[in-house]
Parts: sequence; structure tokens; C-alpha cells
Amino acid sequence: MGHVPLSWYLILSVILFALGVAGFVYRKSVITVFLSIELMLNAVNLSFVAFSYQMHRIDGHIYSFFVMVVAAAEAAVGLAIILTIFKNRGTLQIDEVDSMKL
Amino acid sequence: MVDTVLFIICAIVAIVCGFNVVLQRHPISSALSLIGVMSSLAVLYLLLGAEFIAMAQMIVYGGAVMVLFTFVIMLLNAGTEKASSKSWFAQIAGLPLLLAFVGVLAFLIRAVLPPLAAVAFGSWVGGTAEHIGQLLFTTYLLPFEVISVLILIAILGAVALAQKEID
Amino acid sequence: MNFIVISLIKIVIVFAVFMTTLAYLQWVERKVLAHIQSRTGPLRVGPHGLLQPMADVVKLLTKEDLLPPYVNRFFYVLAPFLAVSLALISIAIIPFGPEVEVHGIRTNMQISDLNVGILLVLAISAVSVYGNALAGWSSNNKYSLMGGLRSSAQMISYELPLTLAIVSPLLLANHLSFRAIGDSQAGYYLGFIPRWNIFQMPFPQIFGFILFMIAAFAETNRVPFDLPEAENELVAGFHTEYSSMKFASFFMSEYANMITITSVASVLFLGAWHPLFPAPYSNWVPTIVFLFAAIVCFFQAAQPRRRRDNITFPIFGIVFLVLAAIWAVPFLQTFLVPAWWFASKVGFLLFTYIWVRGTLPRFRYDQLMKFAWTFLFPCTLLNLLITALLVAVF
Repeated sequence: MGHVPLSWYLILSVILFALGVAGFVYRKSVITVFLSIELMLNAVNLSFVAFSYQMHRIDGHIYSFFVMVVAAAEAAVGLAIILTIFKNRGTLQIDEVDSMKL
Repeated sequence: MVDTVLFIICAIVAIVCGFNVVLQRHPISSALSLIGVMSSLAVLYLLLGAEFIAMAQMIVYGGAVMVLFTFVIMLLNAGTEKASSKSWFAQIAGLPLLLAFVGVLAFLIRAVLPPLAAVAFGSWVGGTAEHIGQLLFTTYLLPFEVISVLILIAILGAVALAQKEID
Repeated sequence: MNFIVISLIKIVIVFAVFMTTLAYLQWVERKVLAHIQSRTGPLRVGPHGLLQPMADVVKLLTKEDLLPPYVNRFFYVLAPFLAVSLALISIAIIPFGPEVEVHGIRTNMQISDLNVGILLVLAISAVSVYGNALAGWSSNNKYSLMGGLRSSAQMISYELPLTLAIVSPLLLANHLSFRAIGDSQAGYYLGFIPRWNIFQMPFPQIFGFILFMIAAFAETNRVPFDLPEAENELVAGFHTEYSSMKFASFFMSEYANMITITSVASVLFLGAWHPLFPAPYSNWVPTIVFLFAAIVCFFQAAQPRRRRDNITFPIFGIVFLVLAAIWAVPFLQTFLVPAWWFASKVGFLLFTYIWVRGTLPRFRYDQLMKFAWTFLFPCTLLNLLITALLVAVF
């Protein structure tokens, strides 16, 4: 036998995505929330590649490539925002960053 | 055989590290656990015949994005997160809802999707750099160019934000 | 089964040679630096200090392994482990010679060939930042933290010109696997100019090679870019708090990275295992070089300048004679000569590393960043642009 059913990959992707959602909802540090988003993107990438295997087409690879690029751009801007928040408010807790204006 | 063992090892590492990302109190532990998830996903991509994506995963995610994260965490010297009051709804319904979400999706994958292929390493190697490049510069040329503009905007945004900070 | 046995043999050979080079590179560095500065370097342990690496290993192993009380224990232990294991991986895909046949078994002189070889090297070098960064952060010491931050900033910045410099020879070779890149550089123009990538038409990669080497110096944290461990600013940088084997693993990873990146440079730009001269002459070059070395040794033995020179130099001479004889055996030549050419290129580049260390002062931190972004990056981009245009036109 020795072959892994593709559904295992998809279920792994679902579990990782759920973990990402949990982190996004429960955690209060801006950085960890951001990391959870990256986790969700990774989970989605896994299912893209898995479906790509199923269809024997590489379009899914291209999508996950685009997801990576967008994640990189997002990280650059997001981390710049985090740095600014920390400089201005001195905290990284999202529930303490609650006023619209300093 | 080797396929299954490798998949199980990587899946376990990915899930354990995924839990770690959510449960660790210190941002740097979370970030490093996320790198663990990404590396094991890269191995899974290799098993799925996506060698280019696997390497891109390590270079872009493992090398660029996460280094940026750890760099910022170290720079801010962010301490452990304070436990804050959660809403009663999240406390009571959060976990069951998540489990229900996983269960429903797993059920859908098993029941609704058409019969899925079994993954054997090496049986389909479509994701070589050559194929990806060909598709990227023909069918997906417009999205590719748009993405490059997006990155340019992101760079400008990051610079603008950092500039404001310096002033 | 056959595959596993052959792979195991290759792994053992490569690992043994790699580790020996790693240990003796340090001796060579101390000797060369000493002679650049008109000193003699290590002399006491063994003839001409040849046993110095062993002594160093024993010293590092037997030293007390301190675990400072204020460090983040898990990451503090993880960091050197990460650094050394990542540094040792990449050698697995470096080709040392062509496909050879021994007793009817055909095999590549390489542990394994990957379709995405170059990308793997880039991925590993991208991930190896964590070793330094984590060491700096987990030490809980401001100098270490500064060193770690500098190291990661420097490695991120120089990764970019490094990658862009790699792309141009890839355009010429049209492949990502190291073996294919090496094979694409076989042959000669007009019968005597080797088709190495630094001479390759339509656009010789000589600038690409220089830019790659500059970025490689920064990537391996070597002088003149050794800011992360600048001792007059940061004590010893990210490994200040480390002692014994943990310190040794950072040291090892630095030298392993040097060897890997020079190997990559010689595969990408200097024609991998292909000799400088066409085959009829080049097969005898190693023999001639070793004979010459033997003659020099015997000449030195005839007029000893130091005590025991009249004993040690004849022994070295005999060793070189034996080596010359080995490289003259036609059966062994098929795989030893390419390996010799590869080793000589890597050795030349490693010598350049030491030479630069002996001659150039250290950059200032802002100069380092400015150099990367305003000079190196545009230059590699320009080089890539010209190469791409010429490849597309011809």
C-alpha cells in the first residue's frame, strides 16, 4: 500500500486553518494575531497544492505562489504598522489599542 | 511506506507546532513554532510533487517573512502576553464551534468530494520550476504583473510608515 | 539496495573530507594570516603546528560548558545546534566531479542531485539566519542582542544581491540543478578558452562573480563585513555568552558556510570540475603541481632554517611525491583529476577569504547597509538585465 490518501492532506489543512482561526480570535498580542493569519494562509496553501495534485494541473501551485507573495507584502506593511503602534502607544495588546486618536 | 511515515511525522510536527503557535505566551516561541509548521509543510509539498513551491515556501516564508517577524519581535523586545478578559461568549462557545467547524469540513471532504487520488511520491512531478515559469509568464502574466505592482505599493507603504516614525 | 550502499559510501567520504577541511581551514587561516603579518603562526603542536586543530578540538571539548542563569534556556541550546546543522546540510548537493564508473557501477560524484539544487542552497542560507539571531536574543545580553540583530539585518540585506548574482549564470545554464550547471560549462572556445561562466558568451559573468563574492563575504559574516562579531564594539557579538562545544559549533558553522559558499561559487562561475586546459594537458597538472611541491620541500630540507626542519621537510616531500604518484595512475585519474580541479578552485577562493581578512579593515555599520542597497543591489540588477537581454537576443 504505502500511499497516503489525499483527504489526509486536506484534513491536515483544515486543522491548521482552525488553529489559525483560534489564535486569531483568542490571542491578544498583535504579533500573535498576525502570526495566526500567516498560519491560516499556510493551511490554505496546503489545500491548493493538494487539489493541484488531484487535478494534475499546476494552477494551484501558481495560486499558492501568489498567496506567498501577498503574504510577504502584507508582512512588510503589517510589521511597519506594528512598529508604529508600539512606538506611539507602548503596547502590543490589541484591546489596549482602542482609541481612535491619541 | 516511506511516504506514509514521512506524512505522519510531518503532519504531527505541523499540528504540534500549530498548537504551539496558538498556546505559547511569548511571541518569539509562537514565531518559531510557525517556522516549524512551515518547514513541515514544505516537506509535504515535496511529497505532493511541488518542488518549486516547497523551496519558495522555505525562501519566502521561512527566510524572508519569518525573519522579519523575529527581527521585529527582538527589536521591540516584546514580553509575554498578558492574559486578558475574554468575552463570555468566546469562553463558552469558542472551542465547541471550532471543533464543529473541523468536524463539518472533515465530513464534507470525506463525503461530498469526488473520489480523491492517493498520493505516491514521484508519481506526478508537475511543479518543476520550468512548468511554473511557463504558466506564470503566459496564462498568468497579468496577475503576475499586478502582483509586482502590489509589492511596490507595499514597499512604499512600509517606507512611508517608517518615515513617519523617524520624524 | 545498491543505491543505499553507494549513497552511504559517498556520504562517509564527503563527510570525512568536509570535516577534515573544516578543521584544517582554521590552521591554514592562522598560518596565512601570520605570514601576511610577518609572524610564523602556530608552530608548537606538531611539525609546523599541524596538530593544532586537534589540540583546539580537545581544548574546546574539555572546557566547562557554562549555562548562564539568565538565558532563555531552550533557545540558548537550540541556536548553536540550528546553526551547525543548517551549515552542514548544503554540502550534500554540491557536485565534485562528473559521472564516473567504478567496477561497472555508474554514479555521480555528488551525494544527491536535485532539480532545484540552487533553490535549496538559497533556502538553507535564508533559514540559517535563525541560528545567529536566536543566539543573540536568547543570551539576554545587550551586546549579544546587537550582534544578533546586526547579523540578521546584514544577512537579509545581502541575500538579495547574492540571489540576483546567482540568477545570471542560471540564465546561461538554463537549469537549476548543480550537475546540469556544471555540465553546461564543459568545452573550450577556440580550443583553449574554457567555457566557464566567467568566460561564457554572450555575456561573461566576471562582474557577476565579483558581486557574488562580495555578497558571499557578507553572507558568511567575514571580514570586512564581520560586524555581528566586531570585538571592539560588541565583545564577541552573538556568541559572547557561549562556551565550550556550543561556541565551537558557531565556529564550525562559520567555516562550513565558507566552504559551502565557495563551492557554490566555483560551480556557478568557475566551471565546477572542468579544468583550465583541454584534457590532454590538464590530466597531468595535479602531478606536476605535487612534484613541484615535493621539490620545494626537499630544497627547504637541504638548508634547514629551524630545528628539525631537516626531518620534517623530507617527510612532507615524500608525502607530496606519493600524492603525485597517485594522481598519475590512469585508472584513478578519471575521478581524482576533476575532484582536484574542483578542490583547487575552492581552495583558491578560500585563500582569497583569508587574504581579504589579512588586508582589509572592517566596514562601519551604516557603510555596510549603504553599500548593499546603493551599490551592490543596483550593480547586480544591471548585470542581470544585460545578461538577460543578451541571452534573449542570441
